[in-house]
Amino acid sequence: MSEIILEMSHITKAFSGVKALDDVNLKVEKGEIHALCGENGAGKSTLMNVLSGVYPFGTYDGDIIYKGETCKFHRIKDSEEKGIVIIHQELALSPYLSIAENVFMGNEQTSMKGVINWTETRSRAKEALAHVGLENENLNAPVNTLGVGKQQLIEIAKAMAKNVDLLILDEPTAALNDEESQQLLDIMLDLKEKGVTCIIISHKLNEIERVADSITIIRDGKTIETLKKGIDEWSEDRIIKGMVGREMSNRYPVRENCPVGDVVLEVKNWNCYHPEIGDMQILKNINIKVRAGEVVGLAGLMGAGRTEFAMSLFGHSYGQKISGEVYMHGKQVSTKTVKDAIDNKIAYTSEDRKTYGLVLINDIKTNMTMAALRGYYSNGQIVDERKENLDAEDYKKRINVKATSIHQTVGALSGGNQQKVVLAKWMMTQPDVLILDEPTRGIDVGAKYEIYCAINDMARAGKAIIVISSEMQEIIGTCDRAYVINEGRIAGELTKEELSQESIMKCIMDSNGKGDNE
Amino acid sequence: MEENKKKYVNLDLKSLGMIVALVIIFIIFFVLTNGSNATPTNINNLIMQNGYIIILATGMLLCVLTGYIDLGVGSVVALGAACAAKLVVEQGWAVPLAWLVAIGIGLAVGIFAGFFIAYLDIPPFVVTLATMLMGRGLTYTLLKSLTVGPLPQSYAFIGTGFLPTVKIPFGEGTLDLVCVAVAIIVTIGLIVSEMKNIQTNNKYGFANIVPWQMAVKDIVILLIVWFFFIRLGQYNGIPIQLIVLGVIVAIYQFVTSKTVAGRQIYAMGGNAKAARLSGINTRKVFFWVYVNMGVLAAIAGIVLSARQGGANPKMGDGIEMDAIASCYIGGAAAAGGVGTVIGAVVGALVMGVLNNGMSMCGMSTDLQKVVKGAVLLGAVVLDVTTKKKKG
Repeated sequence: MSEIILEMSHITKAFSGVKALDDVNLKVEKGEIHALCGENGAGKSTLMNVLSGVYPFGTYDGDIIYKGETCKFHRIKDSEEKGIVIIHQELALSPYLSIAENVFMGNEQTSMKGVINWTETRSRAKEALAHVGLENENLNAPVNTLGVGKQQLIEIAKAMAKNVDLLILDEPTAALNDEESQQLLDIMLDLKEKGVTCIIISHKLNEIERVADSITIIRDGKTIETLKKGIDEWSEDRIIKGMVGREMSNRYPVRENCPVGDVVLEVKNWNCYHPEIGDMQILKNINIKVRAGEVVGLAGLMGAGRTEFAMSLFGHSYGQKISGEVYMHGKQVSTKTVKDAIDNKIAYTSEDRKTYGLVLINDIKTNMTMAALRGYYSNGQIVDERKENLDAEDYKKRINVKATSIHQTVGALSGGNQQKVVLAKWMMTQPDVLILDEPTRGIDVGAKYEIYCAINDMARAGKAIIVISSEMQEIIGTCDRAYVINEGRIAGELTKEELSQESIMKCIMDSNGKGDNE
Repeated sequence: MEENKKKYVNLDLKSLGMIVALVIIFIIFFVLTNGSNATPTNINNLIMQNGYIIILATGMLLCVLTGYIDLGVGSVVALGAACAAKLVVEQGWAVPLAWLVAIGIGLAVGIFAGFFIAYLDIPPFVVTLATMLMGRGLTYTLLKSLTVGPLPQSYAFIGTGFLPTVKIPFGEGTLDLVCVAVAIIVTIGLIVSEMKNIQTNNKYGFANIVPWQMAVKDIVILLIVWFFFIRLGQYNGIPIQLIVLGVIVAIYQFVTSKTVAGRQIYAMGGNAKAARLSGINTRKVFFWVYVNMGVLAAIAGIVLSARQGGANPKMGDGIEMDAIASCYIGGAAAAGGVGTVIGAVVGALVMGVLNNGMSMCGMSTDLQKVVKGAVLLGAVVLDVTTKKKKG
C-alpha cells in the first residue's frame, strides 16, 4: 500500500485535568482524503490543533511523525513550514482587503525587507486561485464582495500558496449551500489528484461518504476505529453507529398522539424588500398557515428567502416596506416590533445562535429568561430571581442541557447545548407559534435527536411549529407538511406523503426563473 | 435536591479583589504617611473630595456596560454647576430652583447625546466628544471665563455640611452616636441579608458559599465599615455628601442587579443583536443610558460646586477619564456587558485613595498621573489575564 504521510500516536491532551484526548492514534496515507468523525466535543478539533502547533509541543503527550520524522511544532508557523495547513471553521479572511492580499495574508510576497512586491503577489495569487477555479476573479476586489462559498475557496487558495502537502479542513461546508458544497468537494477531489493529502472534519456524513478514502472515528477523546473505503462497510448509518456507540435506528423520533388542531398562525400576502436596496423585492406574496400541534417545514435552498421571511415576520427584524397580514387564532395582529411578536405569542430562534441568539458572556439562566423577563419573570420592573432560578433549573432538566449549573457561562457550552438554551429561552415566553430557523445546524447527532424530541413535545402541547432547514432530510423527517420557498415566493406545498428530496427539488426547479413574468 | 443541599462553592474572589486592593493601597499609604491618611480629617476628606467622581462613575458604568463611554460628563459637570451658581449668586434664585435648572441642563444634554447615539446611530465616542467640546465652550461663554461665587450656605451644605452629631467621650477621643447608629444599622443589614440568602439557597437547593470564607469576608467588610464610621464620628459626623452618595449608589445597584431595565442593559452590552431579537428595544436602552448620565453629571456638578463654594469654567476638566478609569478598575469590561455599580464605586475609591495618599506623600501631580495610569493598566491587565486562564 501507499506510504504513511502522517502518524499521530498515543496523543493525550488534558485541559485543567480533564482529558480532551486520551491515547488517540491517527494514520493518514499520502494522497488520500481522510475524514475525522465524531460528535461535538469528541476531540476532533483539539487533535487538529495539536497537529498544527496551536497547542505547542510539550503541552501534550505522544508523538507526531510526519514524512518519517518526529516533529515538535512550537507554533503554527512551524507546521506550515513543513507543509501542514489548517483551515478553521471560522474564516480567517480580512473582509476589506483584496483577494490577492488575502491569499498572501501572513505570507506576504516581499522584495527587499518587508516591502510588498505587488506584481509577484498578483501573479502568484492568480496561480494559487487557479487551483480552486477562481483565476478569473478580480484580484483587487475586496473579499467581502464574494459569497461565503467563494471565500471558503479563497482560504484553500491561501493554503495552496503556502505549498501545502497536508491540508486540514475543519467543517469547510458548514456555512455553504448544497451547490457550493459540491463545488468545494469537487475541488478537494481535484487536489487529491494533484497529490495533496487532506484531512476533513465534517458533520455532513453524506459528503464524507462521497469524498473520503478512510474515516477515523473519535468518541469521548478516544479513537474508536478507522474505516477504509472498499474494505469496511461504508454508509452513513455505519459512521453514526461508530460515533454514538450504538445503532441509531431512527434519526427522527416518531411523533405520536399529536392531533392537529385549528389554524393558529396565518400569514397573508407577505411582501418585503431588501433592507438596503429599496427596489429589490425579497419576498413576494407569501401565504402560509400553521395549525396547533402541527410541524410545518420551510424548505428551499440557501438564499431562497426563508430566514428573511421569518425575520421580517418576527418584529420586522429584516427588510423594509413590509406589507401583509398576520392572524393569530383568526384575529389580525401586529408584529411590527419584536415585543409585539412576543406579546402575540410568536417565538423565533435564529439560525445563528452565537450572533442573534445568545449573550455568550452571560450565564445559562440569564440567557434563558432574556426574552420572557418582562412578561413572566418580573412585575414589569423588578426581576423575580427566585422564579427565574427555579424555571431555569426546570428547563435545564427538561431539555437536558448538559452543564454543571444554570450559572455556567453559555459561551463555554457546546453547540448542541447552546442550541438547547436558545430553545428554552423561547419556550419560556410561552408562545403558541415557534419558528425554528436551522434548529440543528452544526450540532452532533445525539443533540439533534434531543432537539427533535423537544420539537415533538412542544407539538404535543398544542404549539404550532415552523421548522426552517437546508437539510431536506430534516424537513422530511420532522414535518407534517412543508412549503417550498424559492426566489422569495412559495414554490409549492407538500403533504407528509408527498415529501421527498425529489419532490422538493422538483418544486424548486419548476419555479426557477418563471417567477418574475407572471 | 438532597445532595445539592450539602454543596458549597468557593467565594468568588474576583469580585472582592478590588476591595482587597483598596485596603492594601490604604495600608501602604498608612505606612508611608505615618498614619496621617487614617486621621478623622483625612477619612472625611476622602469622601468630600471623591463624592462627585463616585456619582459620575455610577452613571458611567451604565455607559460602559453598553460597550461605550461618555466623554462629555466633565463639561456637563461644569455647565450645570455654572448655571446653578450663576442663578443663585447673580440672579438671587432660590437654591432648589437653581438645582432643578442644573439638572434640567444635564437632562437636555443627555437627551441631545442620546438622540444622536440611539436614533441616528452616530458612534457615542463622536457624539460625546462633541458634547464635551460644546459643553465646555458654553461654560466659558456663560461665565465669561470668570469664577462665580461665593455660594450661600443653603447651597454649599450639600457639599460641605454634616448631619447633627451626638458626641460622647470615648477613650482618648469622642464617639458620635449617630455614626455608631448608622454602623449598627449597616451591620444588622449585612447579617440579615446574608441569613436570608442562606435561607433561600437552602430552600431551593442552591449552593452556599463555604462558611468560613463567608465569615472572613463579612468580618473584613464590617471592620472597614466600623473603622470608617468611627473616624467620621471623630471628625464632624456624617457628611451630607455621603448620604447623597449612599442614596444614588443604592438606587443604581438595585436597578442594575434587580430590575428588567438593568438586565436589558447587560444583555445589550453582551450582544446587542441577540438582545434586539429578544424583544429588547435597544435604541430605547441606549437613549436612557445617556440621558441618565447627563442627569447624574449635573448632580455631580452641584455637589462639586457646593464643595468648592463656587463655579469656574475649568471645573471637572478631564474628570470623565477618572470616571471611566474607575469603571475599568472596578472590573467592568471595555467590550461591555460586564461590571457592577459597587465595582465602579470601589474603583473610584481606589483612585481617590491613591490621589490622596500620593498628595500627602508630597508627590507632584505630574507623577501622580503616571501612577494612576499604571494602576488603570495593571488592573485591566490582571482582569484580562485571569479571565484567559479560566477560559
